[in-house]
Amino acid sequence: MTTLADLHVGSRAQVARVVGSDSITLRLLEMGLAPGAQLSFVGTAMLGDPIEIDVNGYRLSVRKSEAARVQVTPID
Amino acid sequence: MPKTLPAGRPIRIALCGNPNTGKSTLFGALSGVRQRVGNYPGVTVEKKLGSAKMNGRDYTIIDLPGTYSLAPQSMDEMVSVDVLLGRQEDVGQPDAIVCIVDASNLQRNLYLVCQVLELHRPTVVALNMMDVASSKGIDINVALLAERIGVTVVPIQANARKGLDDLKQAIVQSLQTPVAPFRSPFSEAFCAEVQQIHDISSQESATPLPHYLIQRLILDTGYLHEAKLPGVSASVISAVDSARQRLAATSDELVSIEPIARYSWINQVTQDVICRPDEHRATFSDRIDHVVTHRIMGTGIFALLMLIIFQAVFGFAPFFSDLIESGIGEMGGWVGGLLPPGALRSLMLNGVVAGVGGVLVFLPQIAILFLFIAILEDCGYMSRAAYLMDKSMSAIGLNGKSFIPLLSSFACAVPGIMAARVIENRRDRFITILVAPLMSCSARIPVYVLLTSAFIPSFTIVPWILSSRSLVFFLMYFIGIVVAVLVAWLLKRTILKGETPPFVMELPSYKVPDWRIVLHRVWERCWAFVYRAGTLIFAVSILVWAAGYYPRSAQSDPGFATEIASLESQLESSDGDSNELELILERLQRDQSAAQIRRSYLGQAGQCIEPVVRPLGWDWRIGCAVVASFPAREVVVSTLGVIFNLGDEQDEGSAELRDALRRATWEGSERPLFTIPVALSVMVFFALCAQCVSTLAIIRREMNSWRWAVFSFVYMTGLAYVAAFLTTWIGNWFV
Repeated sequence: MTTLADLHVGSRAQVARVVGSDSITLRLLEMGLAPGAQLSFVGTAMLGDPIEIDVNGYRLSVRKSEAARVQVTPID
Repeated sequence: MPKTLPAGRPIRIALCGNPNTGKSTLFGALSGVRQRVGNYPGVTVEKKLGSAKMNGRDYTIIDLPGTYSLAPQSMDEMVSVDVLLGRQEDVGQPDAIVCIVDASNLQRNLYLVCQVLELHRPTVVALNMMDVASSKGIDINVALLAERIGVTVVPIQANARKGLDDLKQAIVQSLQTPVAPFRSPFSEAFCAEVQQIHDISSQESATPLPHYLIQRLILDTGYLHEAKLPGVSASVISAVDSARQRLAATSDELVSIEPIARYSWINQVTQDVICRPDEHRATFSDRIDHVVTHRIMGTGIFALLMLIIFQAVFGFAPFFSDLIESGIGEMGGWVGGLLPPGALRSLMLNGVVAGVGGVLVFLPQIAILFLFIAILEDCGYMSRAAYLMDKSMSAIGLNGKSFIPLLSSFACAVPGIMAARVIENRRDRFITILVAPLMSCSARIPVYVLLTSAFIPSFTIVPWILSSRSLVFFLMYFIGIVVAVLVAWLLKRTILKGETPPFVMELPSYKVPDWRIVLHRVWERCWAFVYRAGTLIFAVSILVWAAGYYPRSAQSDPGFATEIASLESQLESSDGDSNELELILERLQRDQSAAQIRRSYLGQAGQCIEPVVRPLGWDWRIGCAVVASFPAREVVVSTLGVIFNLGDEQDEGSAELRDALRRATWEGSERPLFTIPVALSVMVFFALCAQCVSTLAIIRREMNSWRWAVFSFVYMTGLAYVAAFLTTWIGNWFV
């Protein structure tokens, strides 16, 4: 399964699910990464981590370790 | 039927909203300057209350901390839930709730609104930043939105003070009309479970747990289980546990029940309400962001900005501090002229004036740093800075937001610790605060300069680049950083354990900073320092003055008094060449004050701790200077001046003091007191110690507990002692 951490700058995807059951998963879901949400990968910080994405028209940054919990379906 | 307004007390309005929605601006616009800032008991959440008048009635506005969700994960987040549910006794239950939302990011903002509606309280939604939304080409059907969510929605533009009258009108109206029923987005099965637990709670208590809290208990990710809230009985806990099991069997993950339910409600509610352009329009903000968060350009811009801030706090602030100091010196001179010599004059000069000065000299640094921070925060850059620095900071176990507080601490730990407020996570904030004083601040420079120039031989190590003295300077800064990293590592594994907080951070749209917010924040920080920390710093300065002044009696040292008196009368009678006499008199007076300090409580304390400092290679005089510098590190220079018979007007550049230190020997022997290892050990001690009452006072304020201030003092002094001991010990191997 592709995760948000595997995407490249410029690619777009739809959230399938967020794995895990702790507060980090809850926070990712609350911030709009709920199943069905569309996102695009905007860029990364200097050392390639964290990453910046666009969800529902706003900018969000997450660490790669957190992004790996977000399973996505890439959109062409 | 219209409801009547509560009588006999101000009407309470709670203001809540996501971060970066203009909530502070709205709070400021509604309450003006009539604000009271305090702390909620037992937590580090700021309690902000404002007052306003609407339609002739008094209102109290409770500004809740910005949050994305009312699902509490910590004690600090629980405060907002408690306030809204009327469980926070010191503020009382709000009569109405105003929820401010960002129109340009409506969907995510409605998540919090959906939770608030679940509370069944009079609610008004303030739809802010309509201008930003329309610049993105987003169109919102406000009337349809209000109809769908069942509460009044008022478009406002908080920064331009637009729509405020409509909002006030809507608040008053909401208090007088019954709350429209709200259909919870949760499944029927879930609502039935909540109702069942509510029934259990009603049988047990006259004030049953609110439905919202029961939802939270079922959906808890760990915090509420630990928190043991009042009213949660054993039977409620077991009912919650079995409800969780039943729900987990029918749906996938408990954690996703709420977000899925609420986002599907949001999608229904916003259907045809939000009209977006088909093509994503690159806004001004996007174009700035393209450069500012670029992995190379962005990092360069960040480094440049930090350099400017550091230069301003480190380079410009001392100019203003010097002005304040000389102003206070003038005042001291004036006061001194009015009073006869004696205890009162000494108290005024060396206690009161020095104490006030000790507080005020920090103000320029605090004001300048917070001017920058408030601008960067309000324009939206701050979270970008955290984004850029996160990887490097997480290597030492902190997050990107710790960078600016730690950097500022190189100028002064006081504003640095205050800046740690931007870190929401309690554990990361506490660790940042606890290690911030280890960064070598500007108050250590006088100590470093004095001892380096007196005892470190000057030679070149790398031509043009590195000399022996700059290497020593660098090492002092380096020791602080290395120790801070180790301490942070250790704290995370011992007393401040906990899972790594998520770094899921919004990068808000850029905007022109609101100067009212910026100036207000600078004022708030300065006032908090003067008022909360200032009193303590002042008190300690007076205590240390008294310890150095008393006990004092004319009989204790009759020799000096008679000699000085006779010299003075000789001076008066001789009208011609009196230079020599004056010099003798001055020397006598210095000897007298040196003898006095030796006899004083401070001197006694120094002699008392001599066995403790002996292993460091120090005698009682160094020990005494260290004890006296408790109010502030730089005081050690003038105390050394007094102890080594030079009077208290010595500064680090004074050649006289340098020579006196070089000449100083162990009492009753010819052995020099200061060797290179001893000088280095004093410097290392000052690099790591917590001799700064302002820092301790601000730690106590920001962490809302004396225990942490004491902890900081103990651990830093302990480390400083061990490191100073090792320096002398290792140094003596080479000498």
